[in-house]
Amino acid sequence: MKGPDLTWYLAVAAFLFAIGALGVMLRRSPLIVLLSLEIMLNGANLALITFSRHHGQLDGQVFALAVMAVAASEVVVGLGLIVAVNRRKLELDVDKLSTLRG
Amino acid sequence: MGNVVVWFVWFVAAFACLGSGAAVVSFSNPFYSALALIGNLGSLAVLYLLLSAEFVAAAQVLVYAGAVMVMFLFVIAYLGRHADAPWAGGPSWQVLSAVAAAGALMIEIIVVIGLKASGRLSDAPDVASSFGSPREVGKLFLTDHLLAFEITSIVLLAAAVGGVVLGSHARDEAEAQ
Repeated sequence: MKGPDLTWYLAVAAFLFAIGALGVMLRRSPLIVLLSLEIMLNGANLALITFSRHHGQLDGQVFALAVMAVAASEVVVGLGLIVAVNRRKLELDVDKLSTLRG
Repeated sequence: MGNVVVWFVWFVAAFACLGSGAAVVSFSNPFYSALALIGNLGSLAVLYLLLSAEFVAAAQVLVYAGAVMVMFLFVIAYLGRHADAPWAGGPSWQVLSAVAAAGALMIEIIVVIGLKASGRLSDAPDVASSFGSPREVGKLFLTDHLLAFEITSIVLLAAAVGGVVLGSHARDEAEAQ
């Protein structure tokens, strides 16, 4: 295989996952929490595809495609919730949305 | 010569990927964050191509950069740009502990991967040029992973119905007020 070892790809995947986790923990806007979740899912996808190349089998890529579909559905529901919260004139801040009925 | 080119492409794509990921987390304007995420997804697609996952790279660009990000940008344009500034006002204990927790998570992942697979990761097998082509992936999807394929379609249907239900409830309440 030409270019860098698979270890380097896994290092990028670990970094991406950590950056996404940082965004989920740090940010208060639910929109950016969703964007950071996408980064975490993509870090996991990169690791899946790297291991798929390592074993020389395609099952990891199939799983990465399934993860992509799940991520798309998660975005649909998450954005629907954000729009619904905004329609009720609540503040878009995950620290302040702490009651279920209110 | 080819080796140097692959290293160079990897270097540019990996650093664009990490830099735009950090930009998504740090911008206070969600519009810029979403644009940085598009750059992140594009450079990840380049990394997928280097790992000979052509079909996944194409799906990444089509599904994520094409569909998901358009939805994100529409919602951000609808909601206006109000978001928190993550690094404003000096380091609070929340920011410091979030950074420490994310760093601990990364070290944990790297240590676990290093313990489990470090010696064997450097030798990737030679694969045929059809590895990762739509034909091979599709064959696997419709034989070995048929159940996962069908469950994926149900998950997408449930998400579509959920989006419609959430949207229509929101409209009822907005009209009631």
